Amino acid sequence: MMSWETVIGLEIHAQLATRSKIFSSAATAYGAAPNAQANLVDLGYPGVLPVLNRDAVRMAVKFGLAVGAQVAPRSVFARKNYFYPDLPKGYQISQYEKPVVEKGKLQIMLDDGTIKVIGITRAHLEEDAGKSLHEDFQGASGIDLNRAGTPLLEIVSEPDMRSAKEAVAYLKKVHTLVRYLEICDGNMQEGSFRCDANVSVRPVGQEKFGTRCEIKNLNSFRYIEKAINYEVARQIEEIEAGRKIKQETRLYDPDKGETRSLRSKEEANDYRYFPDPDLLPVVIEQAFVESVRGTLPELPDQKAARYVEKFGLSAYDAGVLTASREMGDFYESVLAALQAKNLAGHEKLAANWTMGELSAALNKDNVDVTQSRIDAARLAGLLARIADETISGKIAKEVFEAMWAEGSDADAIIEAKGLKQITDTGAIEKTIDEVMAANPKQLADYRSGKDKLFGFFVGQVMKVTAGKANPAQVNDLLKKKLAP
Amino acid sequence: MTELHHLTLAELNEGLRARRFSSVEITRHFLARIERLNPALNAVITVTGEQALAAAQRADRLLAAGEAGDLTGLPIIHKDIFCTDGVLTTCGSRMLSNFVAPYDATLVERLSQAGVVMLGKANMDEFAMGSSNETSWYGPVKNPWDLKKVPGGSSGGSAASVAARITPAATATDTGGSIRQPAALTGLTGFKPTYGRVSRYGMIAFASSLDQAGTLTLTAKDAALLMRDMAGFDAKDSTSVDTPVPDYVAALDQPLNGLRIGLLKEFFDGLEPRMATLIREALQVYERRGAKLFEVSLPNLPLSVPTYYVVAPAECSSNLSRFDGVRFGYRCENPKDLLDLYKRSRGEGFGAEVKRRIMTGTYVLSAGYYDAYYLRAQKVRRLITDDFARAFKQVDVLMGPTSPTPAFDIGAKVDDPITMYLNDIYTIGANLAGLPAMSIPCGKIDGLPVGLQIIGPHFAEAKLFNVAHGYQQDTLWHKEIPKGYE
Repeated sequence: MMSWETVIGLEIHAQLATRSKIFSSAATAYGAAPNAQANLVDLGYPGVLPVLNRDAVRMAVKFGLAVGAQVAPRSVFARKNYFYPDLPKGYQISQYEKPVVEKGKLQIMLDDGTIKVIGITRAHLEEDAGKSLHEDFQGASGIDLNRAGTPLLEIVSEPDMRSAKEAVAYLKKVHTLVRYLEICDGNMQEGSFRCDANVSVRPVGQEKFGTRCEIKNLNSFRYIEKAINYEVARQIEEIEAGRKIKQETRLYDPDKGETRSLRSKEEANDYRYFPDPDLLPVVIEQAFVESVRGTLPELPDQKAARYVEKFGLSAYDAGVLTASREMGDFYESVLAALQAKNLAGHEKLAANWTMGELSAALNKDNVDVTQSRIDAARLAGLLARIADETISGKIAKEVFEAMWAEGSDADAIIEAKGLKQITDTGAIEKTIDEVMAANPKQLADYRSGKDKLFGFFVGQVMKVTAGKANPAQVNDLLKKKLAP
Repeated sequence: MTELHHLTLAELNEGLRARRFSSVEITRHFLARIERLNPALNAVITVTGEQALAAAQRADRLLAAGEAGDLTGLPIIHKDIFCTDGVLTTCGSRMLSNFVAPYDATLVERLSQAGVVMLGKANMDEFAMGSSNETSWYGPVKNPWDLKKVPGGSSGGSAASVAARITPAATATDTGGSIRQPAALTGLTGFKPTYGRVSRYGMIAFASSLDQAGTLTLTAKDAALLMRDMAGFDAKDSTSVDTPVPDYVAALDQPLNGLRIGLLKEFFDGLEPRMATLIREALQVYERRGAKLFEVSLPNLPLSVPTYYVVAPAECSSNLSRFDGVRFGYRCENPKDLLDLYKRSRGEGFGAEVKRRIMTGTYVLSAGYYDAYYLRAQKVRRLITDDFARAFKQVDVLMGPTSPTPAFDIGAKVDDPITMYLNDIYTIGANLAGLPAMSIPCGKIDGLPVGLQIIGPHFAEAKLFNVAHGYQQDTLWHKEIPKGYE
């Protein structure tokens, strides 16, 4: 049987976080009453004209710089002509032949830890269309033009991805990046970040690409992976059954978990692109590019590299902690708080707790790290007690849970619950003596060579001290005392 | 006393300031003339009498308080292509026969702020597509010089109104000659500014890269007066140009001694002899003032018409997509589905010439034809623009005829689009190159007016007014009034 290679390219639409629309002064905030945020320009009234929002250009340039792309000194807005009720002017203003950003790249990390570079063909500015509402209107359709004219950055990748997993990794990377850059809120439910996938298969070793299908309506990471996997299987099945893949646009149906044909290439519109005569070419001076470069934050890859180099974290951990700007900020706030307590060298401990207990708790409550019930200072307070051996790691988990539930300090909980670790040698020895006295048979067996019973004694001591005895000390002292 | 409708804007302004009459009197006078004379002319679609009188009263208060500007209290008619807040704005089309604009075009707003009194909205070729004003949904406009003749187009209603003295001035637009050709055919001064000089915001688009608003007036001085307030940067129009507006009126009386006039060889080749004679006579007026004549050739200029009829329809096919029966304008009865709504609303809402241009434009932008038509036309446009730029290194202005013939009969060319399109052969070049250009009356053939066209380099508005004003100091053609409208 032939083995197949998957080829995927993504077109990502990121809604730019400008306050007003790309060509009008109407607000872009989500969730307003239908058509409350559409002015005469958005409604395509006779005589109105578009005026480009400079902030949208700035954001596009910022993205371009972050992916090492070329920022075009001169780019052109074109009209994409087609009729649809939620497209008020009968054309969408987009960039066609001369996009603002070209030839960038982004690194993704594969499961085996290797780095792969994904090419970004281009990123261009365009306006979003409105929304058609087909329910609740008794046979008629409603149109909400609040979204019409919202600025989008369409980010087009090279067909560089070879599996659904790679596609998701790339998508997540772009998602992280646009949020780092503060040019898109990344909200997939509200449609601020969505993507179409171009998928094809070819026999392994063949250079020529297979016929591709474009899958639309992918608005969650989970759907994208499922949709691509479904589509790949479908295409292989088609070819192996002796049929040809038709170039077409397919829609993903998340309820049925399948893709279905929307329109074939023959049915596709002839968009009759031409330069929009209402807008002058966008001329971007080098000085403007440099001023935008000055506003670039530390990018995820740079940050991850710093974590590896300075904090000794693994590449994987560094990747997880830098997956969102907020997570990285939180982690570094924890480190700063530990530093303030003169506790250095606990970067790994802080990383484990941020990625472990904290992330789990955030996921469970389905909240963002910025809304964490335990802030960075409090988490540092807890870690400090582990570091100074006031509590053991095991007890710390109990304290963490109490902190999350009650919203109080680690110290207060340790105090109230009497969880402070017992480190007094005399106290531990006294407990060991009691345990030995209470278990004469086990003691005799151990001393006659049953080494395995050492664990039993550790367990008994911890049980009596409710887990508070310092485990290392318990070990040491037990060894001495149990010795015949 | 001279009749009020014989006065120019400048003279009316003088009279208002001298308190010889009030704005309300002027306004009533012109409204009465509209009522009496418009039915035969069909030049005005909407008369805004009440609003006009209210505006005139406000103007009179400003005049009394000594707070009036040079345009305060002067009446005007706007071409029905300009959106006027709360007033029907039809663009000469059934498609907008129910469209009350919710805002003022920048030009309308600026003139209102200057105190101008709007009398009404002028008839026009549908969506400004036509050279005879016969494509209007509201019927053809008649030429006051001969009611059997066309007034030219597309600003035929504006031109007929001023020529018939039912308004002292009108606004208009020029995409391929739509101000200059009607000016020539009705004996008026028609002015098209540099592309980008007057905001297009609120002016219903035909071909965005060519459309430019201007004036139809009795004199160059009146055009200069209006342009002082109409011109200037508008943040709402990305193609408007942010350069200062000089005082056009102050520059009117500059001497013309030494003016270098270029005669466009291509415009005189094959020109009708009587027309050629009138143009030559006009040039002699300039020679007497010390101007020098030079022959200039623009080798690519003969390609203007085919170039224009690719670029303009392409842009119009896209600009007119918004008229879909969904949000405003004409909607067909009982559409059975979306496609039916589109097809019938547009099929019934647009007239034949508009449909012809939408189809042409759609064709030239189609996949496989774009390079051969649209892209090539843009290259030729560049060549024509370069030709003009070269010419303006040698001369200050270019002169020639505005239109190949005087006004023709209504119905004579309406079924022959190519012949109709050739009417614009002399005017289109200035639009393709974005140059300021004007037409001034320079004689008559068989009792019908003929225009002299003057084209200048970019932003040479002041120079054009100066040149045209000089001619009008030495001639009387601009004072002629058609019979029956004296």
